[in-house]
Amino acid sequence: MKRGLALYAIAVYAFLHLPLLILALFSFNASKFTLWEGFSLRWYRAALADADLVQSAINSLIIAISATALATTIGTLAAYALWKRSSTWLAGSLYLSLVTPEIVTGVSLLAFFQWAFRFLHWKLGMHTVILAHVAFSVAYVAVVVMARLRTFDPALEEAALDLGADEFGAFRRVTLPYLWPAIAAAAMLAFTVSIDDYVITSLVAGIDSQTLPMTIYAMARRGVNPMLNAISTMVVIVLGAMVLMAERLRSS
Amino acid sequence: MLVTLAIPSTIVCLYSLLTRGAYGGVERPWTLENFKLLGDPLYLMIFFRSLWIAAAATALCIGLAFPLVLFIARSRRKNLCLSLVILPFWTSFLIRIYAWMFLLRDTGLINTVLRGAGLIHDPLPLLYNDGAVLLGLVYGFLPFAVLPLYATVERLDPALLEAAADLGAKPLDALFRVTIPLCAPGIRAAAILTFVPCLGTYLTSDLLGGSKTILIGNVIQNQFTAARDWPFGAALSVVLMMLALVLMFAARRHGEELV
Repeated sequence: MKRGLALYAIAVYAFLHLPLLILALFSFNASKFTLWEGFSLRWYRAALADADLVQSAINSLIIAISATALATTIGTLAAYALWKRSSTWLAGSLYLSLVTPEIVTGVSLLAFFQWAFRFLHWKLGMHTVILAHVAFSVAYVAVVVMARLRTFDPALEEAALDLGADEFGAFRRVTLPYLWPAIAAAAMLAFTVSIDDYVITSLVAGIDSQTLPMTIYAMARRGVNPMLNAISTMVVIVLGAMVLMAERLRSS
Repeated sequence: MLVTLAIPSTIVCLYSLLTRGAYGGVERPWTLENFKLLGDPLYLMIFFRSLWIAAAATALCIGLAFPLVLFIARSRRKNLCLSLVILPFWTSFLIRIYAWMFLLRDTGLINTVLRGAGLIHDPLPLLYNDGAVLLGLVYGFLPFAVLPLYATVERLDPALLEAAADLGAKPLDALFRVTIPLCAPGIRAAAILTFVPCLGTYLTSDLLGGSKTILIGNVIQNQFTAARDWPFGAALSVVLMMLALVLMFAARRHGEELV
């Protein structure tokens, strides 16, 4: 039975990892077709020479960095507030945003922006994408930071207050350093969900805010394209490296 | 916080009660027409199809995850095994679906290899059907089932299994009469965590199902973009949101940590 389980586990791991490995392998294929014709970097060169593609990657980076900075700040403060004073409403809305299907979050935000535009003369664009990304990644940040706060001893903060620190000082010099690894991990998480999102982004994006996932989606819709294999491999490697870094930070 | 999360949902609820505007957007008067349209056989069918595919994907995920979890819990390198499950989950979802398109399409790897081996003459229709969507969902959401299951299996006291064995239970008896009943909370949590995102899926059905497999997520997206019937799209969203909420509360009543 034990050997059967091990074989089974290998099969499941193959199911999980082989598709991406095969995709990566074929991104180095010289041929345009699914037959192996020899090693080549031509699809990587083609991808990096594509101006629209590079522009959408830059857009994605700008959006992900701004959204991460905002969401990490708001999410950390929300987690801290929940730890100090539990609020069913706040906790409920956090969990709700984690379980709400993406498409529903997307259309809600779109409806919200259209409603707000009646008062503000804005259009859909980079800023609405950033705001939308903040809205859906806050919950992820808060959950990661809350997990770390559960192991934090409130007596430490009380001790700082007894020793003459004001509340802000105690937060900044005692609580914040303790939370730091969780905050860094949460920021990485927010960054990866932001840079990867297609469903919500495509609904709230304007004409000037094409992101990398949107470009990838448009290409995938048109069918398989060897350049897309190269792009996918690069994205997977960059995201994978970031996740490994985040894991390292969280376990340290 | 509440602003970013609660207001958009409220607006969607309000929109679902309004009339469709001539150029998209919404207009008064208030109406319940949008919810009546949900009773249309066409939409009811799409809705049941979404429920059915999500339920099938959930059952498959749990069925596949359970033996894997048993393996991980007994292995010596638990963390490595778990990370291997989670790692693909953190790489781009879109790209993982695309990887399957690459494998499944008519001139994709599987068909090319089978044809090269002379096993088939015409390519198998692997892509753009319900099966492809189901496969994509299981592939995408398997980690969602593994994590909560692992959390309960790990806490299981091995002494209980020894006791069962001492009392004469065969390993399979012990599995069905001790391990699985004791893991019921984990199974419930895993079911909800997989079912809810599967029900609202949009990308998987869009890319792997093509125009033949339309699920509720695709209908919502279409109402808000091409069809420009926002109130009806909003009504569908409300129904989906309510379902997610009910399931979440059901889980919380059982006192399970979902995250």
